[in-house]
Amino acid sequence: MEKVLSVSLGEIALKGLNRKYFEDQLIKNMRRVIKDIGFEKIYKEQGKIYIEAEEHNFPQMINRLKKVFGLVYISPCIRIEKNEEKIKDASIVAIREKIDKEKINTFKVDTNRADKNFPIKSPELSRQIGGLILQNFNELKVDVHNPDTFLYIDIKQNAYIYTDKIKGYGGLPLGTNGKGLLLLSGGIDSPVAGFLMAKRGLEISAVHYHSYPFTSERAEEKVKDLARILSRYVGRIKMYSINLLEIQKEINSKCKENEMTILSRRFMMKIAGRIAEREGINALITGESLGQVASQTIEGISVTNKSVDIPVLRPLIGLDKVDIIDIARDIETFETSILPFEDCCTVFLPKHPVTKPKIEDILKSEEALDVETLVDKAIENMELIIIE
Amino acid sequence: MIYLDNCATTKPRKEVVDIMQKSMIEDFGNPSSLHRLGMKSEQKIKIAREHIANALNVNINEIYFTSGGTESNNIAIQSIISKFGKRGKHIITTKIEHPSVLNIMKNYEQQGFDITYLNVDNQGYISLKELENSIRNDTILVSIMHVNNEIGSIQPIFKIKDIIKKVNPNTLFHVDGIQGFGKVELALKKWEIDCYSFSGHKVYGPKGIGGLFIDKKLILNPLIFGGNQEKGLRSGTENLTGIIGFGEAVKIMSENHKIEIENIRELKEYFAQKIEEEIPYIRFNTSLDENSSPYIINISFNHVRGEVLLHYLEDKEIYVSTTSACSSKGTEKSHVLKSIGLKNEEIEGSIRFCFSYEITKEDLDYTVKVLKESVADIRQITMR
Repeated sequence: MEKVLSVSLGEIALKGLNRKYFEDQLIKNMRRVIKDIGFEKIYKEQGKIYIEAEEHNFPQMINRLKKVFGLVYISPCIRIEKNEEKIKDASIVAIREKIDKEKINTFKVDTNRADKNFPIKSPELSRQIGGLILQNFNELKVDVHNPDTFLYIDIKQNAYIYTDKIKGYGGLPLGTNGKGLLLLSGGIDSPVAGFLMAKRGLEISAVHYHSYPFTSERAEEKVKDLARILSRYVGRIKMYSINLLEIQKEINSKCKENEMTILSRRFMMKIAGRIAEREGINALITGESLGQVASQTIEGISVTNKSVDIPVLRPLIGLDKVDIIDIARDIETFETSILPFEDCCTVFLPKHPVTKPKIEDILKSEEALDVETLVDKAIENMELIIIE
Repeated sequence: MIYLDNCATTKPRKEVVDIMQKSMIEDFGNPSSLHRLGMKSEQKIKIAREHIANALNVNINEIYFTSGGTESNNIAIQSIISKFGKRGKHIITTKIEHPSVLNIMKNYEQQGFDITYLNVDNQGYISLKELENSIRNDTILVSIMHVNNEIGSIQPIFKIKDIIKKVNPNTLFHVDGIQGFGKVELALKKWEIDCYSFSGHKVYGPKGIGGLFIDKKLILNPLIFGGNQEKGLRSGTENLTGIIGFGEAVKIMSENHKIEIENIRELKEYFAQKIEEEIPYIRFNTSLDENSSPYIINISFNHVRGEVLLHYLEDKEIYVSTTSACSSKGTEKSHVLKSIGLKNEEIEGSIRFCFSYEITKEDLDYTVKVLKESVADIRQITMR
């Protein structure tokens, strides 16, 4: 009786000819997060991925694997030969272990026979094992509708017996869908946006804008902390840090006060677009949510959008703030996002920002600025920070 | 690097660091142990205590070691209240105390104590008249800071005790001396102070060590119980290394602090004058006469956010503090600057410069130069 971890794939299972590509990428990502813990072997067996490792390392492994996109469930299983007697013994062991951990009154056996050569059909095996458990555990009853626990039996090349399915995030394996550049601020929204797009397989880089010395170094430290939390899910992040102060000064001295925000946003997009082009990144990601602040009106978004050609992904566009906060709490960025030192620099914040900018007006305002040179200079002075 | 944040903390002297390093390697015995190594440590503590008692001109038995200024304030105030709380429920303090005093008071206020917070004038001094009128029959304690940590005002401690004695001789007197220790004139015995708090890292010693003077006629109840170290007032194995470093720092300080204070007073005047000449639209929040600490000068720069200016200066390796912490949830305004009647804008633009013996005239010339350029640059944006 050997213990292994099984990993169930979600959407990947629906992929046709590309399935192997997705599976291989997922296995690569799994290896990356558990390699320092140490494991014997990772192998595929009829639709699932299995890990051989020391049992005492399972909790730590599960904790990390939960954050690997593309896997839906993780289960610690007993692996045995496909032999009726051994299945019976293992089932009793699995139920006993479950009872030791939790208060259980009812159960249901759920058999999945992927190997159709196995002589006992699924319903029959479930019945047999169910009967055996009732005989051995007087306190337990069967409940087929809402049991306290399941006992799962997978019949494949081997047989696998388990009771727990620990949920992962699903989605697609990181790196199977190109690269995205996340505009990361210190707020609640942008880390969530990055998380959601990474969950769809996008590899994440980040760009952060600051106005030092008008903003504090602690504000940037906070953004790095957020990137570090995000990197638990997305792995190493390249973060480009850009000082926007010169640009803001230019806008401040040459343009209308109420256009400050929208003009700065366009600069941020342009700079991000330029970095993306240089680094072979396929899309920008922002945390914009329709109507949340003055620059995120539909007019504001249209004007911002026109500053770049590259696709801009806005996964939060239709979400309410409370929903965004729920995800932020779940991925553990919330506590960091709400720390102060966000941005002491309110000097440049217009009192009444334009909420319905027109592209003609904005383009006209930009004529007063040497946009290309300003963008070039900002990129020239950019700092690259590697977040591991 | 020009370090002008010496009210926050000072850089330990080299001699202090050396003696501490030596003690950690060689003399690590527990002072309570009966063997020779323990006794050696006990001796070292005695020497440090002597240095400090000498500097304060008090008896060696009147000095207690704590973990720092905050703990000294807590032990003094809370122990006095626990002992004399039955005698009365009235305490007097000021509006410009350090949070480690104000927050104790707030806590006792919730427990039913009556606290009088004395006002200060526009330079940060209490009114002796108001003090006299505030003392009652049930006043058990007056707790007043000697030197204010944000603006440097020195309270007339020697006159305060006279008033207390005149109106209610039973009232005890605690002085928070954390910013004043070694930096302004002090006569604990003559001024009849009952308790006096001070700290190691403000006098070029280590962090995590502080001291409390308690007049020998007073026997206070402990807040922390255990192995009865520090004559039972503050149990816990002594911070041996900290105490040794603290003792050394105080020893060196008292050898030459008279000259040091004179030099620094001159530097402060020089700095103030230069700023006055070079930078328009400013306000000195610190008086420049003898009634304020030579080590502290607080200035508001109009149309400038203190924090932005701080970052400009740090970019040139000049380190200062703002007196208003800034946060995205709004600005937390300094209660001290509010108490001396500053407008919000003046509070936001305030910077505190705190000197040390290492500062030179050249440092201050450079600082004024950088200040002038930075303030001009910031104002170009904010005064548009």
